[in-house]
Amino acid sequence: MKPVVVARRLSVGYGSRVVLEDVDTYLEPGGSVALVGSNGSGKSTLLKTFAGLLPVLDGGLEVLGAPPGAETTGVAYLSQYHRDGLALPIRAIDVVRMARFDQRGRLARRRREDDEAVATSMTRMGIDHLADRAMRDLSGGQQQRVYLAQVLARRSKLLLLDEPTSGLDAPGRAAYLEAMAAERERGAVIVSATHDVGEASECERVVLLAGRVVADGPPRVVLTPENLLATFGVGLTHVDGRLVVTEHLHGHEHDH
Amino acid sequence: MGFVDTLFDPFIDNAFMQRALLAGILVALMCAVVGTYVVLRGMAFIGDALAHGVLPGVAGAVIFGFSSLLGAAIGAGVMIGGVNLVTKRSKLSSDTAIGLLFVGLLAIGVVMVSSSDRLTGDIDAILFGEFLGVDWWDIRVLGVAVVLVGAVVMWSYRPFAVLCFDVDLARAMGYRADIHHRTMLVMVAATIVVSFQSVGALLVFGMLLGPAGAGALIARRIGVMMAWAAGIGALSVYFGLLVSYHWDWAAGASVVVVAVAFFFAVLIVVEIRRALAERREPA
Repeated sequence: MKPVVVARRLSVGYGSRVVLEDVDTYLEPGGSVALVGSNGSGKSTLLKTFAGLLPVLDGGLEVLGAPPGAETTGVAYLSQYHRDGLALPIRAIDVVRMARFDQRGRLARRRREDDEAVATSMTRMGIDHLADRAMRDLSGGQQQRVYLAQVLARRSKLLLLDEPTSGLDAPGRAAYLEAMAAERERGAVIVSATHDVGEASECERVVLLAGRVVADGPPRVVLTPENLLATFGVGLTHVDGRLVVTEHLHGHEHDH
Repeated sequence: MGFVDTLFDPFIDNAFMQRALLAGILVALMCAVVGTYVVLRGMAFIGDALAHGVLPGVAGAVIFGFSSLLGAAIGAGVMIGGVNLVTKRSKLSSDTAIGLLFVGLLAIGVVMVSSSDRLTGDIDAILFGEFLGVDWWDIRVLGVAVVLVGAVVMWSYRPFAVLCFDVDLARAMGYRADIHHRTMLVMVAATIVVSFQSVGALLVFGMLLGPAGAGALIARRIGVMMAWAAGIGALSVYFGLLVSYHWDWAAGASVVVVAVAFFFAVLIVVEIRRALAERREPA
């Protein structure tokens, strides 16, 4: 199988400032990876570099067999921050339809498969009834569902999701997890950035980040108290049957 | 004279009023489309700066005797190029660069005007337009500009929409955000350049923001926002010219006053409707 993402000794960051270095990874179709770390750990930066939004600072990176940012139709990117109080007059369905813009010529009409992709994606995220509503009239959680439906409607080979469950309620999370399972079955690779360890444990693979790769592997192996302590500077340990918060004694060594 | 006559007679009886109305409606159309992106992309400051940057260009054109349209275009070009240069070469934010060029070009313009005898009467015309003095040449230029802007917006409608929604998404989808942003800037500059003879370089700004801002409050789609903006803009031109005719107000300023008043009227209506809706179903 052709790999979807290959990184060798990859360094990522903004300008000349390295945020995360020495990343080696190899992602095959159908996989799901959670990037876990605190704010500033480099997880969003890594996603943006995969999406071609930031230049590679050092090392090698191939996305869908090409330099990042070259194979854009095969990639769906969900950014962490969306402008709120959107002055933009736009309906939920228009946001989801955007997903198909780059699959067609600039002046070409939507095709039936575009409408199908949009409709099934909205159904999956449970937002059929919101289609004609203006984005600015929706709650944060409803907006997040619309953004996720947009990602699904791209039917991409690689999904890059920054905090995909932020603002979602329990049914929203369930819809998200179900949709991601279906995406993987289709052969898509899902890379999500999160600081939610519970959400990460649903993925096939977890990468703990703190300016470097702390640990990389299946959640059962990686999500240990020691590793979480090294990742967050704060850990949870069982002491006499109670959960206790432990703090990192050395502070943030990897702050750049 | 009956009430209905006061609404239509000024335009039926006077060729200069017909030309002003036609030119004004073309300006309103162009401003509706371009102003939509100015509002959605938050480009009001650079737009304002472009409006002022036009002044030395037009002043130079009058002094050295070439087309004021060309002079305005040169002024706008210097403004855009300068902002680009300063933001790229220094780490200063673009609003600092815009502000510096804005005030710098304006000052140069004022110096040029003050040192030239030929210009003293023209400064008002440049800044506030000569709506009632537009001729068929001006109208032809406006018509061509409307068609060109319409074509560019049709071609770029989808990337523009994604860019207004989220810059990162636009780039991740392979749209060149920088090129599309610059295209929008050129459209703003072009609008100011071709409109300054009718509404004036300063006042055209009200036509860019007022109707499009009102449209943004009403519409749920970008295309619909443009349509509202075009309608409100055209009505502003009509009523503005009418008021100007009957009460002898400055024409360009009257049109802009109506356009801005439209915006606030729409804002008030939208807010009242929202308050009523919230009362009906408390959050």
